[in-house]
Amino acid sequence: MHIVDRRLNPSGKSLANRQRFMRRAKAQIQKAVHETSGSRGIKDADQGGEVVLPAKGVREPSFHRSATGGIRDHLLPGNKEYIAGDTIPRPQGGGGGGGSEGSPDGEGEDDFRFAMSRDEFIDLFLEDLELPDLAKRRVASAEAVSWNRAGYSVTGSPANLALMRTVRNSLSRRIALKRPRPEELDRLRDEIAALEADPDKVARKLELEEELARKVRRVGLIPYIDPLDVRYKRFDATPKPVAQAVMFCLMDVSGSMTEHMKDLAKRFYVLLYIFLKRRYKNVEVVFIRHTHQASEVDEETFFNSPETGGTVVSTALEEMQQVVAERYNPDSWNIYAAQASDGDNTASDNDRTASLLTDSILPMCQYYAYLEVGRDSEHFPPGFIRRDSDLWQTYSALIKSGAPMAMRKVGHRREIYTVFRELFAKKVGSEAVSA
Amino acid sequence: MSTTLRAERPLFEGADWEFSTIQRCHEAIEEIAIKEMGLSVYPNQIEIIGTEQMLDAYSSIGMPLFYKHWSFGKHFARNEAMYRAGMQGLAYEIVINSNPCISYIMEENTAMMQTLVIAHAAFGHNHFFKNNYLFKQWTDADGILDYLEFARDYVMQCEERYGEAAVESLLDSAHALMSHAVHRYPRNRATDLRMEEKRERERRIHDEQVFNDLWRTVPGKSNTRADPTTEERRKALLQLPQENILYFLEKTAPRLASWQRELLRIVRIIAQYFYPQSQTKVMNEGCATYVHYRIMNRLHEKGLLTDGAMVEFLRSHTNVVFQPDFNDPRYSGINPYALGFAMMQDIERVCTEPTDEDRQWFPDIAGNGDPMGVLRYCWANYRDESFILQHLSPRLIRHFGLFHVVDDSSEQHLRVEAIHDERGYRKIRQALARHYDVSWTAADIQVVDVDLSGDRKLILHHRAMNRVLLEERDTRMVLQHLADLWSYDVLLKEIDPVGETVLKEYSASPRPGIAQSGGP
Repeated sequence: MHIVDRRLNPSGKSLANRQRFMRRAKAQIQKAVHETSGSRGIKDADQGGEVVLPAKGVREPSFHRSATGGIRDHLLPGNKEYIAGDTIPRPQGGGGGGGSEGSPDGEGEDDFRFAMSRDEFIDLFLEDLELPDLAKRRVASAEAVSWNRAGYSVTGSPANLALMRTVRNSLSRRIALKRPRPEELDRLRDEIAALEADPDKVARKLELEEELARKVRRVGLIPYIDPLDVRYKRFDATPKPVAQAVMFCLMDVSGSMTEHMKDLAKRFYVLLYIFLKRRYKNVEVVFIRHTHQASEVDEETFFNSPETGGTVVSTALEEMQQVVAERYNPDSWNIYAAQASDGDNTASDNDRTASLLTDSILPMCQYYAYLEVGRDSEHFPPGFIRRDSDLWQTYSALIKSGAPMAMRKVGHRREIYTVFRELFAKKVGSEAVSA
Repeated sequence: MSTTLRAERPLFEGADWEFSTIQRCHEAIEEIAIKEMGLSVYPNQIEIIGTEQMLDAYSSIGMPLFYKHWSFGKHFARNEAMYRAGMQGLAYEIVINSNPCISYIMEENTAMMQTLVIAHAAFGHNHFFKNNYLFKQWTDADGILDYLEFARDYVMQCEERYGEAAVESLLDSAHALMSHAVHRYPRNRATDLRMEEKRERERRIHDEQVFNDLWRTVPGKSNTRADPTTEERRKALLQLPQENILYFLEKTAPRLASWQRELLRIVRIIAQYFYPQSQTKVMNEGCATYVHYRIMNRLHEKGLLTDGAMVEFLRSHTNVVFQPDFNDPRYSGINPYALGFAMMQDIERVCTEPTDEDRQWFPDIAGNGDPMGVLRYCWANYRDESFILQHLSPRLIRHFGLFHVVDDSSEQHLRVEAIHDERGYRKIRQALARHYDVSWTAADIQVVDVDLSGDRKLILHHRAMNRVLLEERDTRMVLQHLADLWSYDVLLKEIDPVGETVLKEYSASPRPGIAQSGGP
């Protein structure tokens, strides 16, 4: 008997099958992911999870008899009261005289759940999203090079050793310098050994021994592989044009924003942040929050620290303008902005906001997304008509004039995913560009 | 056996085990199994695996290596989710009908459980695999692992050459027909899976050698369809009627490429390999359960098993052989472990302490005093259907309280046909045996006719026993797959064997895709 311990075998043996399955059921899984994501907490947005798939798309059919009709036999254990000839009313909905039969192929018709890893989930969730109009490219930054093979070099790292070429050089050098081959040496040794016993041929033996010594010396002098032979694969760095992009996240944190609204806005930005980090390598994110004054903050402060005050939207736009002027030249950067606000603005600031947008911000932006967070619409009394907010009115006018803008309203956290997807959905016919 | 020497120390105490424990247990069990029970087994190979590997084995129908296909990924995902959610436990072991016989045992089993599964799988199932006539006839334990490896590599090569999509769609279609891809009647040659790979290579080399492009240019016989072959002769040439649909397609489908035929063959051979298992569930499990029960009791008698371990064993054993009544919410059909084990125990009883009833029903074995001999004979020469038909005793029928209900959809009520009484024993025995007869339980579908020189329409008949029709949605899907492989129209008629009337018809036309290359 053998005992084999298989526990340490590499895991993931059925990974290939899993990938095939995911590819096969892709459309369905994607739909399930989108449906599931609505009910998930934002903290879990970045986690994997369970999705439920309808069984029918990945059904494996077979010829088998149907569960009803015709004459059927049932053999059942546990008779207590029946005698031969009794009749039993047909049970409703059941297949036969009691108990469940299970479908013949052993597979229920139930939808089936399966768990996906974090990566699988996020990939599918974000798959058909993109930053629109990622157009400006330039040859830049050191990291954007691609390495291409370019012949051989005499220096390099051992990992790039070109073995074939090295051995070829060594071989031709050894032939040219007449390095004795091991077989030759062996033959000489055999010959000497054969002469060992024969006292008549001492002279011949000495001669051979001398020759052997000479050849051995030669082998010592001419190395098998000389540093001269060694060649390395050479790689050339080719600079690659890269689309650089920056995303400005502008969030209103003024007093008029309730906790609920701030929560919505943050959820939106968390999603945006995950999306950018995951899909684009060269995207920078700038966080600006504003009350009646605006400041650029780091990620931690942006999402976590409280602040309150009045609302002047134009301050955030000015801050953005300033940051752009300092760090992001619009000629070489694709600039995006996403603004979240409850729509309130100091009345006197609306005109200034509109003109800032039209004159400086929108011209340098590839895309500007505006998210208006509102109160949970379920809390409105019936018949209550919501007046469009100041910002909504201002921005609507801009959109009509054809600015590269989109705006959405969101009132409940379950809408966040949908709205997010709408704002960043891949335009039909547009080409995916990855930075 | 009262003179048993008691061992000085039990094999193990407590739940922990290590490799030496397994070694010791195996030796102690082997002693009992071979010397006392006279079992004959393949050499054992015991492999310790973890949860994920068990799930892996589940999804590839218990095989240690298998080709890649999305459906296995689906089963894995489903099993994994069920297991994680706690809705489904995992088996304690899986055993493979191969030589050496491989048993997978789970790492988290207790020492008692490892002993139990070794007795159950490595000796019970192993003996059955080696000795039962169906397994001898249909499977090749020596070659199966090599064949699976060949299959996996062949599928991989095809994927490289012809693309994953092409291979996948062909396998989809083949899997759909897998349930009707076995020869039910043995042919004159035992299967030799090791030869399969060689034959495939030879076929291809032969094709390459005799290939001559000139033949293409030779003008064909221009429609000189000399005396149109009679239907009789045509059917004889095509070996019709044919119930092994994949075999028929492999040999006859007009437009499949040779690699596609080879894939059909692989699926078909694997289906055939599992064919005996579906016919011997009760016997196989009964044999293994009876063997482990005997062995565990003997170990305990010899003092090799502590009382604690014995109680743990009995608890797990009773769970396995529990048969809920028909009106119990836990009821889901007759438990093959329960029925098999009860029948084997009953045979032992009949051989050693027969009643008058037993003498009347089983005159040839009653009181012969050699239960193991009778059981070994049964294990070697019966399948479920014949075993039940011969050996289900009135006493067991009473014990289970079996009764037979007939559900005729044309009548308003169900009727109790027979119960566990003098008049009913034979009827119940017959009816129960029929439930395990594959030719009765599987739909009887056969290829009956095709006119290869005409419109090439493939005609199949389903003989609808008792007017039970095929499940409609699946049938349409499978028929579509069949048409894709055949690459011409396919017609399926459901026929009532009483009166030969057609009850229902399905037809399907091929979708473009699978068979594009011309000619074999």
